[in-house]
Amino acid sequence: MTSPALTVSPSASARKPARFKSLVTKYRVPLSILALCLLPWLLPSKALAVNVLIYGTVAVGYNLLFGYTGLLSFGHAAFVGTGAYITGIAIGQFGVPWYLAVLMGVIGGALLAFVMGALSTRTRGIYFSMVTLALAQLVYYVALQTPSWTGGENGLRGFTVNKINLFGFEINFLDPVNKYYVLMVFAALALWLVSRILNSPFGAAIEAIRENERRARTCGYNVERTKLLSFTLSGTICALGGTMSALHLAFVPLDSLHYLSSGMIVMMTLLGGASSFFGPFIGALVFLVMEDVFSLWTSHWQIIVGSIFVLFVLFLPKGIWGTFLTRVMR
Amino acid sequence: MDTELILMQLFSGVALGAILVITALGLSIIFGMLGVVNFAHGALFMVGAYAGLWVASLTGSFWWGLLVAPIMIGVFGMAIEYVLIRPLYGRSIDDPLLLTFGLSYVLVEGVRIVFGSDGIPFPTPSSLTGVVDLGVGFFPIYRIFVVGVVFLVVVLLWLGLEKTKFGLIVRAGARDPTMMKVLGVDISKVWLLVFGLGVGLASLGGVLSGPMRSVNPEMGALVLAEAFVVTVIGGLGSLVGSIIAGLLVGVVISMTALFAPEMATIVMFALMAIVLLIRPQGLFGKLA
Repeated sequence: MTSPALTVSPSASARKPARFKSLVTKYRVPLSILALCLLPWLLPSKALAVNVLIYGTVAVGYNLLFGYTGLLSFGHAAFVGTGAYITGIAIGQFGVPWYLAVLMGVIGGALLAFVMGALSTRTRGIYFSMVTLALAQLVYYVALQTPSWTGGENGLRGFTVNKINLFGFEINFLDPVNKYYVLMVFAALALWLVSRILNSPFGAAIEAIRENERRARTCGYNVERTKLLSFTLSGTICALGGTMSALHLAFVPLDSLHYLSSGMIVMMTLLGGASSFFGPFIGALVFLVMEDVFSLWTSHWQIIVGSIFVLFVLFLPKGIWGTFLTRVMR
Repeated sequence: MDTELILMQLFSGVALGAILVITALGLSIIFGMLGVVNFAHGALFMVGAYAGLWVASLTGSFWWGLLVAPIMIGVFGMAIEYVLIRPLYGRSIDDPLLLTFGLSYVLVEGVRIVFGSDGIPFPTPSSLTGVVDLGVGFFPIYRIFVVGVVFLVVVLLWLGLEKTKFGLIVRAGARDPTMMKVLGVDISKVWLLVFGLGVGLASLGGVLSGPMRSVNPEMGALVLAEAFVVTVIGGLGSLVGSIIAGLLVGVVISMTALFAPEMATIVMFALMAIVLLIRPQGLFGKLA
């Protein structure tokens, strides 16, 4: 498993695909922002584009933990949902301005990620997935049992953001194109942050832990603290995605906290390709387009998406982008 | 609060725990032997409940449902192992987990297509309805029956694992599969049977729990989370751990329901968090 960041070797750089790969890696943030700018004009509906933006951000944040640190969490819906709920409650019940509500959602999600990470990173291997799932379900049931705050089973409503004041300009947030480009700023920020993390020594440390935990420990890395930091950063970016979805939908469904939502994030990441920078975003795009197309034919689109996912695990475990990188770009 | 009520609730907890025990045992046996965490366990529990309901309505007898459905779904589980999970041995430990998660999606949606999205009531068999006076209070006969069946299954499982040649192979295979291959045992056949057994246990849990809660396509989600909590508390791969943790969780849930009903599900997860803080490997687990 080589990540795009590590493929630059003198002999390989002479070859054309390798040069293409290193160029793509070098300019990955501007390239993805360019792609995001074009996205709403390539997809059938603007609402779908906003969804891709939100879940792309979530999947990229999730992949920091899954693809790069090698920890398979089944609890990231907890951070997405918490970010969304805190933003919704702050706007709807306390009248906080939207940008402060977003900040509060992100900080709340980060704190929860820190606590859940501290508990779950104590466990190893397969336990980790089970514990993250169970802790996230705890958050789900807490939200279900506190309807005065969260609206319980009906979800949280009543916090529509109509207008956004930006440096004196008033932007109509109900217009889907405006909404897309405002939320795109957050997505771009998340992409830049993840890219920055991966280029840092910390990024090398998490990949070292993924490849060989024991060796990383012997090399003097504090494995526990690194895992916890990676977990927290990943949860924070997912919470940002959650606040974006709250702004977009003006509604937080209770199901956004359920482990099946965590599973959806996992599916998107794997479909696109874990341990590659663009993979998760591509996975979110493909998953949501599939949902959009198949749900036109049948209300049972999940059986098709589930089957495709099973086939991917069996035959294309590197996902769409990962397979493209290893097969075509060699 | 009178003691009678507390005793009643305690017994309800044991009955609830019995279902948890049988579900978690299936999960634990599969993990102990194959090293696979079956994320479709909850979905197969649900499929088992539907299969039991279907067979019962076809034959007009609950007993056929109880007997046939677990065997049917167990064989289905063997097919899953053979076709889907077998190609993943030797790959990352996460791969079977991801695959079974995708499979649970397919199973839930498949049941929705066949039986509809709404819940279906699962009638208690007429011979097991009513209550019986045990001296300290009246207990529902069906719950006593559930505890009895689970006890019987646990004893049979223990005898099968400890006293038969197949059990010896299973235990040895869990410890060192390579050595078993060297000794000429076709370990893949053992894995096939163990996976079928684990899935069969899940669907038996599904059929048994049918009359206690209604049957719906989403019921597996909570069951999976419960089974995870039980195995994490008991220690993954430890059968004794699954049994004790299952009963413990069942009792804790129903005692909490007596004092603070809205906390009943939450307290189970809190219990798990406490165990994780004190013993990350579970009460009966060994350190990896």
